[in-house]
Amino acid sequence: MTDFLNAIVALSNFVLIPGLAYGAQLALGALGVTLIYGILRFSNFAHGDTMAFGATMTILITWGFQAAGITAGPLPTALLALPFGILATIGLALLTDKTVYRFYRTQKAAPVIFVIVSMGVMFIMNGIVRFIIGPDEQRFSDGERFIVSARDFKEWSGLREGLAIKTTQGITVVVAVICVTALFYFLNKTRTGKSMRAYSDNEDLALLSGINPERVVMVTWIIVASLACIAGVLYGLDKSFKPFVYFQLLLPIFASAVVGGLGNPLGAIFGGFLIAYSEIFITYAWKKVLVYLMPEALEPSGLVQLLSTDYKFAVSFAILVVVLLFKPTGLFKGQSV
Amino acid sequence: MKKLLMATALTAVASTPALADGHSEIKLGVILGFTGPIESLTPSMADGAELAMKEVTDSGLLLGGASVMPVRADSTCVDAAAATAAAERLITADGVKGIMGADCSGVTGAILANAALANGIVMISPSATSPGLSDAEDNGLFFRTAPSDARQGVVMTEVLLEEGINEVALTYTNNDYGKGLADAFQTAYEAAGGTVTISAAHEDGKADYSAEVGALASAGGERLVVAGYVDQGGSGVVRAALDSGAFDTFHFPDGMISAKLAENFGDEIEGSTGQHPGTDSPGVAMFGEMVGDAFDSTSPFTPESYDAAALMMLAMQAAGSAEPADYKATVMDVANAPGVKIFPGQLAAGLALLEKGIDIDYVGATSVELIGPGESAGNYRQIVIEGGEITTAKYR
Repeated sequence: MTDFLNAIVALSNFVLIPGLAYGAQLALGALGVTLIYGILRFSNFAHGDTMAFGATMTILITWGFQAAGITAGPLPTALLALPFGILATIGLALLTDKTVYRFYRTQKAAPVIFVIVSMGVMFIMNGIVRFIIGPDEQRFSDGERFIVSARDFKEWSGLREGLAIKTTQGITVVVAVICVTALFYFLNKTRTGKSMRAYSDNEDLALLSGINPERVVMVTWIIVASLACIAGVLYGLDKSFKPFVYFQLLLPIFASAVVGGLGNPLGAIFGGFLIAYSEIFITYAWKKVLVYLMPEALEPSGLVQLLSTDYKFAVSFAILVVVLLFKPTGLFKGQSV
Repeated sequence: MKKLLMATALTAVASTPALADGHSEIKLGVILGFTGPIESLTPSMADGAELAMKEVTDSGLLLGGASVMPVRADSTCVDAAAATAAAERLITADGVKGIMGADCSGVTGAILANAALANGIVMISPSATSPGLSDAEDNGLFFRTAPSDARQGVVMTEVLLEEGINEVALTYTNNDYGKGLADAFQTAYEAAGGTVTISAAHEDGKADYSAEVGALASAGGERLVVAGYVDQGGSGVVRAALDSGAFDTFHFPDGMISAKLAENFGDEIEGSTGQHPGTDSPGVAMFGEMVGDAFDSTSPFTPESYDAAALMMLAMQAAGSAEPADYKATVMDVANAPGVKIFPGQLAAGLALLEKGIDIDYVGATSVELIGPGESAGNYRQIVIEGGEITTAKYR
């Protein structure tokens, strides 16, 4: 029985809990990508760097708060700074839309042109972020580090394995649940949300029924920028902030959105968790868990690791390719790419 | 005309022994990366080597009063072709009798294979640490006053086994340094009866190392050996391992030991151990005093450079000849016990003793002792984290 509990705890500590937090971060990112795809009809490659920009702004404000002695007690100060970061990100997103995307929208440019344009925007945002905060790693988390620390858990339970739940992991999941609930309420119950869905389903029909397209676009950018900023800050808080890492995140985020079905918010959330758990399940060395579970004669001597952790990104890439080959609309019915 | 030529030739032949008596000049090459990635280190390294040459020249005791002339050349640290060409020039055009250098492991190997070996020139490198150079074909011409990372692997093994740690997990930064050190350590540790449960690479510059730590934790081990960089992924791995409770104590090779380590983790890594090159020998202090403000004597590999040049000249004296083929065999003799200990600033005394046929043991600024294929045994400072601070356990 103890062996079984140890196995469960080890699995939770190294796979289930980190996967849950990582999945929530990916899901928030993928929601932004999928909304842009559903409503503005292009793949927004600048999304990763929008996240980095939001995190940068939040970090700067967090430092200001910390210098002024304002803290959130046991919670990270970054949570207090987050609303300001969101405002800055919304400002940047609306400015980009006004100066760049609107020009192509009035020309009714093809989606592929939008994709290339978004890459240009990505590079500029890339530069802005590095210009403001530099390319180096920044740490901005403070407050209580753990909800449950591995050492305390071991003492409390008497088990050999420890279980650690970081405050940032807890916050990530709670914030993600709040955001997703709010988003679905907005899309399904409010008038603006319904007009966005109508615009997404059939643009011409929506225009005929008197929906103001510029307003729909603006609201979309506001929501997407907020989600991007929140996802960026949560990732930076839980792991660490480094501009280049957000660029790399683009791959798993797009994989999540595509697997779930582009344009389908529910699919984006599902995709986020699917990618996160696949990455961790496939690169985890299962030896420890199996040693606890198996009878002694069957215990593995090797690591039982399918892929080295270096290939983490290859996993999301492989899933992306397989889904595009066999089910281009994604697991939940989205739009085909 | 014929007679004149003959006469000239005769004079030349006749004058050779006379020159050795008083006015001869021996040229030594100083080939270091004066441009390139370590250009900030090389000026004081060259100054260190040239200080030893000046000391010997001033003493007037080398081979009956020969003076030693340094000739500098640029190894670039990274461009093997340029370094080889520079070494070729030193040997053929300048006629150097030995090379103090090169600096980086890659160019050192290239010069050795392409220029030094072909021309039979002795090389003493002050700073190439790659274990690969230990096995390089050298006809006994190549030495180094810097320890090989293979040696660090052995020292790590000794430290861990003395602490009673028989099973470790190992992670290294994915480059030549990390991989070389990790392989060297694994070989030494397993040969000594220890078990490495996993040897996994980590990439620098990632935000999250929990997956890597998951694999390391699953493999298990009493301690985690982190052959990485403190400013890079090494600290990330330690952070993730502490957060998940996977490992409480660690072992750190030289790339991880700096003030930053204590600053990042403090008493969270209480009881962790490590080692980095260092010595408590009086030679370092004497070298520092002798240099004064002339250049920075504490700059990395500067004392090693002084020792490299000094060794070469003492070996010449012991062999009674400045020809590489003669003195290559005496380098190990003057570097190691038995004999009278010679410290920096005492080269004149060393030369005088050798002239009388008395054996010396060159200690120099870095406690030189050459082992195996002519590389420094390496002196390491063993550290332990106590009260959140890096403290010296002992020197070995």
